[in-house]
Amino acid sequence: MTLDMVTSMVTYKNVVEATVDIIREAETQLPDDVIDALKNARQNESSDVARSQIDAILKNIDIASNNNIPLCQDTGILIFYVEIGRELKLDIDLKGAILEASRIATQEVPLRPNAVHPITRSNSSDNTGDGLPDIKYDFVEGDQLKITVAPKGAGSENMSALKMMNPTELKDIRKFILETVLNAGGRPCPPIIVGVGIGGSFDKAARLAKAALLRKVTDMNDEEKGILKDINSLGIGPMGLGGDTTALAVHLATSYCHTASLPVAINIQCWANRHASVVLGGDE
Amino acid sequence: MEYHLSTPLKKEDIEELNAGDIVYISGTVLTARDEAHARILELKEEGKELPFSLEGAAIYHCGPLMQQTDGKWRVVAAGPTTSDRMSKMTPALLENFNVRVLIGKGGMNNVADAMKEKCVYLAYTGGCAALASGSIKNVPAVHWLDLGMPEAVWELEVNEFGPLIVGIDTKGKDLFTSIKEKARSSFLKL
Repeated sequence: MTLDMVTSMVTYKNVVEATVDIIREAETQLPDDVIDALKNARQNESSDVARSQIDAILKNIDIASNNNIPLCQDTGILIFYVEIGRELKLDIDLKGAILEASRIATQEVPLRPNAVHPITRSNSSDNTGDGLPDIKYDFVEGDQLKITVAPKGAGSENMSALKMMNPTELKDIRKFILETVLNAGGRPCPPIIVGVGIGGSFDKAARLAKAALLRKVTDMNDEEKGILKDINSLGIGPMGLGGDTTALAVHLATSYCHTASLPVAINIQCWANRHASVVLGGDE
Repeated sequence: MEYHLSTPLKKEDIEELNAGDIVYISGTVLTARDEAHARILELKEEGKELPFSLEGAAIYHCGPLMQQTDGKWRVVAAGPTTSDRMSKMTPALLENFNVRVLIGKGGMNNVADAMKEKCVYLAYTGGCAALASGSIKNVPAVHWLDLGMPEAVWELEVNEFGPLIVGIDTKGKDLFTSIKEKARSSFLKL
């Protein structure tokens, strides 16, 4: 289910309202492709304990959706992807609108206040703070504004890794992915989704890895399916309690990079791969 | 085996549990994460009293999402957090207090020895916060709210909270470690 409807003009008020709506949707409803992948995993699991874990997850998804409450108490930090059509006349405080929506959603959904100062650890209580929410802007063709929110919990984020590899170590990329998943064990709430950014630069590799998590779970090429098979052969299983399903998907994303470098970033996502989008404008 | 336990817990209540068993808990659980663990140990060091009792207690590694209406706190969502962040502080906690149950997700490292004959680790399905909130009936008290909502100590009255899987038992058996060891040997064969 998505809110990909062309509904309103790009005004400050409409952006705030639409953004609160997608935050609520992302926090309470999991995308269908993720639910389907979990149901398939449930059918193919050979371990009783693993099945009990996926059953709990599926039950949790139903309860959250039916009662309109967040799937997980870790409602994450809010990551926004904003695509601005190059023909769109944008004369509003877009960042201000997204920040206001984040504050309103914290009260109304509600969200757990997760944003703290990195050193003092003092909590801002409204999920905003210098640098948060994280908003990434991009210019695209057309005359519309698309906003995607992907709340990111810390359990899986903390298990992510980045390595500046040697360009001749290409073969070791797969090993790095498997090692990262192995070291994470049950901590990132498997079954996980693994986003891998290869190339770019130190920070671009990480951005690629995170954006790869937005892809449909089943959207995998043979190479990605091969890595997924290796990951699942480890037997870590749902919640690290053993089983056939350690990951639901592996998504690789690449970018040209410097001839002397090979940055590789791995962003781990828990089973609750939450995201929702809305498109505004372009309807006149 | 399936067990139904009530708090406060005695040593005898948990001795019969084996790694892999299923447990449901009724009574009171206390949430505690990183900052609460640090403060508990700090106060102990200074010889000060805690504002709650840990005798026979069940500690829940959880930073709940709470909502206050008309002065009364209500649980919105309260699933487990990653227990391993508390691994380093747990031996000192168990040395000083008779905590009998730890509830969390993902397992813990280097605590099985400290837990021997004292305490069990129970795993709740991570991310299942909406499901968990259904078995939390009441919020009798909150302590240390100055630490922020996730890090405060919340007293939660629970009924048949579970299913919880025994991850580490009182005999030193650790389900997570044995699965991780198997995974490591599979990795080396790839």
